[in-house]
Amino acid sequence: MPKADSVKPLVIPAISTRLLLTAAGVVILLLALAYLVAFDQGALSRSGMYMHELMHDGRHLLGVPCH
Amino acid sequence: MSLTADRKPTFGRILIAGILAGLIAGLLAGTFAFFAGEPRVDAAIAIEEQNALAHGESGGEELVSRDTQKHVGLPLATGLYGMAVGGFLAVAYTLLRHRLRTGSDTRAALGLAGAGLLGIVIVPFLKYPPNPPAVGDPATIDQRTLSYLAVLALGLVAVWAGVVAARTQTHEWRRATAGLAGFLVVVTVAYLLLPTIDEVPATFPAVLLWKFRLASLGTQVVLWSVLGLAFAGLLNRLATRSANPAAAPAAVATADA
Repeated sequence: MPKADSVKPLVIPAISTRLLLTAAGVVILLLALAYLVAFDQGALSRSGMYMHELMHDGRHLLGVPCH
Repeated sequence: MSLTADRKPTFGRILIAGILAGLIAGLLAGTFAFFAGEPRVDAAIAIEEQNALAHGESGGEELVSRDTQKHVGLPLATGLYGMAVGGFLAVAYTLLRHRLRTGSDTRAALGLAGAGLLGIVIVPFLKYPPNPPAVGDPATIDQRTLSYLAVLALGLVAVWAGVVAARTQTHEWRRATAGLAGFLVVVTVAYLLLPTIDEVPATFPAVLLWKFRLASLGTQVVLWSVLGLAFAGLLNRLATRSANPAAAPAAVATADA
């Protein structure tokens, strides 16, 4: 049997309303970031189609539908 | 200065670990994509331009050169995407850790990353395999995007259903069978309900399509595997430091002496 890596498992913060609200805020920011890479055509980046065209190959190779 | 307060694992520290692991994973996936995927993208773009010429259209002015797309845009896209995915993994880890029945942080982190790989990559890939340039009708992009997001969500539902089904059983063999059955039921229903998309032109080279799709799958497998391993590694570091706050710097000092 392999040995466990750490002495003790990491203590995770208890689930609280505050944690859930913070997590929800973080998820919205992360969704915006993922949207920027995967789907944005200038509405979020305010750069016209520049960012969209720049990340064209990444979108194709990450499996996102594109044109 | 209190070292113990400083080392306490907070949501913020776990989130930073996830985003950092995602950045590492994204940059490595971008490196893989550069070598395995870019030659296929180039070949597909050449076909796209031939088609455009045959229809009497001019190539049009490029907003971003191919060179910049390959050397700057690709690592930027995979790096940012990796950071987003790593952040999601950290949020999921924080909220679900107490439901994962293992004492090992490594197993918990790898289990969640594996669930992501299965639900967000493998299930969508088999229903809607990614397409290179010159494949796909621009008129249907909205419908294809919605179908893609739907299969991605259903992939995660399928993994969740598998876990729930497995947990109804106590014997190991029955757990495995129930888990697989629960997963496959959701995947089968999702695949049957979602629209079929077949927009590959008859003239597009089959071998090029296959190689592009393998490169895309490889890129995403690299991203999720490295993400799981890096996140688990960073969590172990956090656990060691928080369990033994004063020892870490002291141990380094002794080792130096």
